[in-house]
Amino acid sequence: MTRSEWSMVWTITSRELRDQLRDWRIIAPIVILTIFFPYLMNWTARQAIDFVGQYGSTLLVERLVPFLIMVVGFFPLTVSLVVALEAFVGEKERGTIEPLLSSPLKDWQLYMGKLFASIFIPLFSSYFGIGVYLGGLALEGIPLPSLNIILQTLALTAAQGMLMVSGAIVISAQSTTVRAANLLASFIIIPVALLVQGESILMFWGTENVLWIVVFGVSVMAALLVRLGLAHFQREHMLSREIDTLNLSWMARLFWSAFTGRQLTAWGWLTREIPGTLFRMRYSIAMTTLLGVVAVAASYFGVQSLLGQSQVGSQLVSFDTLREAIRQVDTGMLSAEISFTKILGNNVRASVIMLALGAISFSVVGLLAFLLNMGLLGALFGAIGFIGLPQWSLFLNGILPHGILELPAIVLLSSAVLHMGVVLVTPNARKTFTDVLIETFADWLKLFIAVALPALVIAAWIETSITPSLLFEALAQIAP
Amino acid sequence: MITCEDLSKQFDDFWAVDGVSLHVEPGEVLALLGQNGAGKTTTVRMLTSVLAPTRGWARVAGYDVVQEPVKVRSAVGVLTEQHGLYGRMSAEEYLDYFGQIYGLDSATRKKRSADLLAYFGIAYVAKRRSAEYSKGMRQKLALARALLHEPPVLLLDEPTSAMDPESARLVRDHIASLRSSQRAIIICTHNLTEAESLADKIAIIYHGKVMVQGTPHQLMDHLLGALQYELQTAAQWSPDGKTLPHGVRVMGESARGWRFQIENPALANPQLLEMLTTARVPVVALQEVPRTLEQVYLKAMSLVNGGEK
Repeated sequence: MTRSEWSMVWTITSRELRDQLRDWRIIAPIVILTIFFPYLMNWTARQAIDFVGQYGSTLLVERLVPFLIMVVGFFPLTVSLVVALEAFVGEKERGTIEPLLSSPLKDWQLYMGKLFASIFIPLFSSYFGIGVYLGGLALEGIPLPSLNIILQTLALTAAQGMLMVSGAIVISAQSTTVRAANLLASFIIIPVALLVQGESILMFWGTENVLWIVVFGVSVMAALLVRLGLAHFQREHMLSREIDTLNLSWMARLFWSAFTGRQLTAWGWLTREIPGTLFRMRYSIAMTTLLGVVAVAASYFGVQSLLGQSQVGSQLVSFDTLREAIRQVDTGMLSAEISFTKILGNNVRASVIMLALGAISFSVVGLLAFLLNMGLLGALFGAIGFIGLPQWSLFLNGILPHGILELPAIVLLSSAVLHMGVVLVTPNARKTFTDVLIETFADWLKLFIAVALPALVIAAWIETSITPSLLFEALAQIAP
Repeated sequence: MITCEDLSKQFDDFWAVDGVSLHVEPGEVLALLGQNGAGKTTTVRMLTSVLAPTRGWARVAGYDVVQEPVKVRSAVGVLTEQHGLYGRMSAEEYLDYFGQIYGLDSATRKKRSADLLAYFGIAYVAKRRSAEYSKGMRQKLALARALLHEPPVLLLDEPTSAMDPESARLVRDHIASLRSSQRAIIICTHNLTEAESLADKIAIIYHGKVMVQGTPHQLMDHLLGALQYELQTAAQWSPDGKTLPHGVRVMGESARGWRFQIENPALANPQLLEMLTTARVPVVALQEVPRTLEQVYLKAMSLVNGGEK
């Protein structure tokens, strides 16, 4: 990407900005939210401080002031959603998109030009509003938050803005009408609303630096959304698709074709399509396995290190206490609790949840759920080792008998989730976003049916029939 | 300059363009005729690298439309079906914007914009927002945008629609001047008179396929058959029972006389006149019956609609 290529991006952005600055429907709310809203928040802060000050709750005041920075910054950002949602589809409806698509602009130049144009004015307004709010605080004599918190909030505002805009641009480029884009906007508004609520909780509850992790996470999601949008930006679909119809028969045909791999017999499907799918996913499988091993090892050593450093660890986990607890375990009642259907149901539910989380987050959250499980396993054995219990014996008797099937099945399904995200953000001129989503879901389902489900069924049977007796024998040796 | 072979485009189960082959040399104008939805716009969009062909290939200004889309789009000036103007921009701003996109420097942008706006007679509104323009003015501005970077290839969709006769004439004259400057031009139009006056070649598309193509005369000969002549006499005369020269076929009686279809007029007409003179028939006139592109088009449509075989 050369400098002259970037200058083309600026050409698109500057035209859009000029257009926005001439539109009172965009400018009026921004001015109101930038000038008047911060004053309202100043007044709110003053009232809150006076109120809680009567009861000596200084902590609440400390946390409320930065929270209001985020609120002041967030409101003008919402305008960016409106601008971004119609970035492409609005031009399509007004009939101005075709000359642009027929011009020598490259896809990324057009895309980035629209992206920057959508974020620039709302983000500038957000920062201006935050400035007005902080200025107001200073004039009122209310102590300003630390520079670290101000920087965190500014970074968070920018990251949230990018997240909303990048998501809205994806919707705009994939929609056929502005109406459809507005309806699809709930896929941005609802997650962002939840995110802001989560951030609010962290601001009141968490430690000072915890928001940097949120900034990082939101930035990664925004970057993935930009990548997704670029990967599936197709001039063709912007001109060829005229109406929003849910073509269920086409979707069913595409799914069936991807699911069967055009194999005519079950044997052909099992012997050719399934190995072929596994081969296509080989890098995702390798990466998921590696990440799983890293998560187990990191949490294993992390827990040991934490318990070693902490006084609490040695006090809480006493070998004798544990041995006594093991002696008192009612094995009959425990066996009744561990039923085949409960274990299988739990594993299937977890796999489906990981798929759903992965599908809405380009694999990120789905994979995090997998890593969390692996981390728990590592942490468990880290703790077991720390208190001096025989780790290998417990592992061989309590995990390995069913884990030898269950763990690869979960790894495989998590790999399919990772594969989904990777394919989604990989440019493919021949396939739409929907094509990729349907095909990767078909990939997940065929691995689930052909490989994972049989493995989980056998694993659940082992876990209910064999593992408990082996584990109890091992525990009996620990606590005779 | 523009060559495509077996160019085809499928949308789901529908072939919008199916096996179109065209060839336009520099200095030639090809008119694409066809009903709404025949595939003209889809063909043009493939030639501008906006749509990827499902089958076949095309080269525009020497560049492959699939492999070198940016070069193709740089070399093509497109007038799209919709004008594509931004209502809040003035003509000056609009042309400057597209001039930047096409990589023109500031001085060139200014000069060419001023020249084109003056040529099309809209310089006096150059600073007004285009939302205030009439349809014809918008069309002229869109055409100015297509010509701004002086492309060697022009693809013009209905270039004179919505224009008054005077403006349409101005645009046609400009297209003719572009042809003489060795540009390859494709015009999609429903205006058959315009196509007849401008086009060196005509291609009629029906349901995504090129039914016929060639020069207007080739199409007339192909679809309407040999030239027709009308014989006007001062006294009552009938060719019934007469031996006519070879290649002369009686088509029927018209209001002013008789109509003949004559295969080789240079040979048959003198013989026919000699025969009439010998028979002392008072000939007032023997004149060619004018043939229009409209007749060609309607004949083509009637053929595909099963009206005539």
